[in-house]
Amino acid sequence: MLKLRDGIVELYKKVATSLPPDVEEALRSALPAEEEGSAAASSLSVMLENVRMARETAKPLCQDTGVPVFFVKVPMGLSQLDMKETILDATRIATAKIPLRPNAVDVVTEKNSGDNTGAGFPIIYMEETRGGTLSIDLMLKGGGCENAGQLYKLPLEELCAQRDLDGVRRCVLDAVQRAQGRGCPPYIIGVGIGASKDQVTRLAKDQLMRKLNDANANSDLAALEKRTLTEINGLGIGPQGLGGRITALGVKIGANHRHPASYFVDVSVGCWAHRRGRLIW
Amino acid sequence: MVTPVALNLPLSDSDVSGLKAGDIVTLSGRLVTGRDRIHKYLAERPRKEEVPFDLSGTVLYHCGPVVENADGGFRAVAAGPTTSMRVEMYEAIVIREYGLRGIMGKGGMGEGTRRALKEYGCVYLHTIGGAAVYLAARIRKAVGVWKLEEFGPTEAMWLFEVEGFPAIVTMDSHGNDLHREVEEASFRRFSELIKKM
Repeated sequence: MLKLRDGIVELYKKVATSLPPDVEEALRSALPAEEEGSAAASSLSVMLENVRMARETAKPLCQDTGVPVFFVKVPMGLSQLDMKETILDATRIATAKIPLRPNAVDVVTEKNSGDNTGAGFPIIYMEETRGGTLSIDLMLKGGGCENAGQLYKLPLEELCAQRDLDGVRRCVLDAVQRAQGRGCPPYIIGVGIGASKDQVTRLAKDQLMRKLNDANANSDLAALEKRTLTEINGLGIGPQGLGGRITALGVKIGANHRHPASYFVDVSVGCWAHRRGRLIW
Repeated sequence: MVTPVALNLPLSDSDVSGLKAGDIVTLSGRLVTGRDRIHKYLAERPRKEEVPFDLSGTVLYHCGPVVENADGGFRAVAAGPTTSMRVEMYEAIVIREYGLRGIMGKGGMGEGTRRALKEYGCVYLHTIGGAAVYLAARIRKAVGVWKLEEFGPTEAMWLFEVEGFPAIVTMDSHGNDLHREVEEASFRRFSELIKKM
């Protein structure tokens, strides 16, 4: 487990100090879409320069190193309790070594734990897998964009949102309209649809782990992802919310079966500094 | 490219009144950071003499930096802005009581702050969210810190010496607000997209 612990520390370092290639590429492709000399274009240039500097100096590319969210696929026979302990150890070491910003605050005492561990912190989702490979996905989810997320219960009259995929589209647009530039656009949007509140918020987070070029296996959802992305970019909010053509880089939608009476939609917003990565062990 | 307006801190009244929404600026001199807890503290019990730094005329930066120990002091290694809107309920009081001439963060602020900017002569500056290493490279040193023990490094008030720190004036002291303009325009498009089926 010691080697694994060090592997997780390295994963933290990679995720905190660099962008996944698909996200960096999407930012680069966004640049020519914006008017030369505009606030949108200069913001994108600074973002890309920041990504380069962070990678070269191995410093956190955003000072908000977020809530660490782990998605772990554990092979049968490997202890999930040991796995959790190892992740907590790695978190303490990574916080001091990289360094990460200590973000775990006790709600009652208001004390910061100082090492990014605490009650329910980091967030760890584990599931057993039949294969022999341990797979650890990590996302560092910033607070600004997490605050921009919204949970909807359909139908919702103010948006003319019925209990159908067009209703989902309206929710996504509403969430982005409300977020404006406050969660650091261009955004990556994860959407979860289903029967219960707790499940759809998790499902929306899962979508944020998909690569930007990952096409939805369901053609209706794939079409909805494409349409909402185009419509979001038509809102004109732009990079940093200062106006422009690129407000989002991708929309990813996941759907579970729902109850006849229930139709929940969770919209999770990821900032442009969308830090995620995978360790295969 | 437009040449930025080079501003030296602290700002004067005429510096502030000469700035218009849309101006690109650079800041040099000393500014302070403060986010959720500092704002709550300053607004709840405004006592100027308790703050160890002179805030009059300076810029209050919404930022919770990553800092590391360096040469017996501290150095900011990542220091981008945090979302300003969270401190909206405190900001007008803080501007009034402490004589700030600039508020810097990301995403803009609300009606109360907009009024305070006009009434007390102050500007809101937006700087680039997520560009933390780029911006930290413009912080020459951490000169001081207040409430470090009590609030921790993220929420403490840092006194930073900056040089050529880039920002854009998005809310000026004349009532102009770029964030509001973008929001109103996007709301019109949004309303078209969610018209009745």
